[in-house]
Amino acid sequence: MAIDRRDFLKVAGLTTVIGLTGGGLELLRPGDLDASAPGHEPAAAPGAKQWGMLVDMSRKENWQACIEACHNLHNVPSIDDKKEEIKWIWQAPFQEVFPGSESAYMSDVMKARQFMVLCNHCAEPACVRVCPTKATFKRPEDGIVMMDMHRCIGCRFCMAGCPYGARSFNWREPRLDALTLKGGRKINLEYPTRERGVVEKCTFCAERVDEGKQPACVEATRNGGLVFGDLNDPHSEIRQLLRVKSTIRRKPEVGTNPSIFYVV
Amino acid sequence: MYNTGKVLTGLVLFVGFITYPFWGGEASPVPKLQKPEKEKQCIEPVAFMRAQHMQMLDDWRNDVVRQATRKYTAVDGKQHNMSLQNTCMKCHTSKKEFCDKCHTYAGVSPFCWTCHVPPKETT
Ligand code: SF4
Ligand code: SF4
Repeated sequence: MAIDRRDFLKVAGLTTVIGLTGGGLELLRPGDLDASAPGHEPAAAPGAKQWGMLVDMSRKENWQACIEACHNLHNVPSIDDKKEEIKWIWQAPFQEVFPGSESAYMSDVMKARQFMVLCNHCAEPACVRVCPTKATFKRPEDGIVMMDMHRCIGCRFCMAGCPYGARSFNWREPRLDALTLKGGRKINLEYPTRERGVVEKCTFCAERVDEGKQPACVEATRNGGLVFGDLNDPHSEIRQLLRVKSTIRRKPEVGTNPSIFYVV
Repeated sequence: MYNTGKVLTGLVLFVGFITYPFWGGEASPVPKLQKPEKEKQCIEPVAFMRAQHMQMLDDWRNDVVRQATRKYTAVDGKQHNMSLQNTCMKCHTSKKEFCDKCHTYAGVSPFCWTCHVPPKETT
């Protein structure tokens, strides 16, 4: 059958239109093609918890002890090189922790203060949305932003996604550093190390929380500097405190809805 | 046909050579594994553990990391903490004498130990 030029163009035009409106647009819509679009996250179970923390910087605490408790427990290597260091919980000055809220006339106390920072276990975590393998995910039952080291491919999308710098990449074999821990540190045989090429961060001590314990950093405080609890439970200690204290969160404007609250 | 004899002999020799491991010599002896001192019975029967421990560990890691479940109920009803380092290796106290021996024999190299810490590594 012969087909003339005019008919050919008509058919071609029609298919293009169908392709663009029907099937074509379907493909461009967010959905199955996204690695981990928000719609794919398991909805929080009814009655689910959202663990959170109150960091009360007005309290006298041995903050260093909190850091050590965490890093010793989780075999976080001590690496001096700033570019390669691994941190789960650490300290930083006001202008780094609350950029945009600093002022030229900040009090001396504020200028000198080193704030405790860790993963915010955000309610809307950016890191979870960008992870292509779902190695980083939000536990539907309690909101902990967890990492499955078995799945991490080390693409570091999550590091680019996290607005808080809460994640560290293992540039070198962390095992060696963990095994030759400095200052007489011993490796904790009850917890794994990580391997080269994966990203790591604070897990809110999921392994302790699952046993009904408090996170290690909280346990290391003496004067209530860190309070851990369920933000979804209006009767929890943390909610009672949030009711009476003035608190701020880190970069609320980026929309990740952090679960760590600060009394500065 | 030319050289039929030579070709056939060559073929027979070749087939014999490459199948040698199946009929000739002796199979290398099954490795003797170090048994735990205190416990007589693993959390599941030995035959099951021998055949299925890899699937079991795989399930465990998913249960623990992704489902936040940490207790495993064995067929005898006993509960155990699902942990390679804190359950398995508390009885099988030597990776060299237990895991490695069999893995070497079977020619497999699982990568559990790039992160998980075996008991004796630090001593
Ligand atoms: S602080 Fe960063 S790493 Fe932690 S949950 Fe929020 S976005 Fe993810
Ligand atoms: S580095 Fe690992 S955790 Fe981070 S986005 Fe890539 S796969 Fe996910």
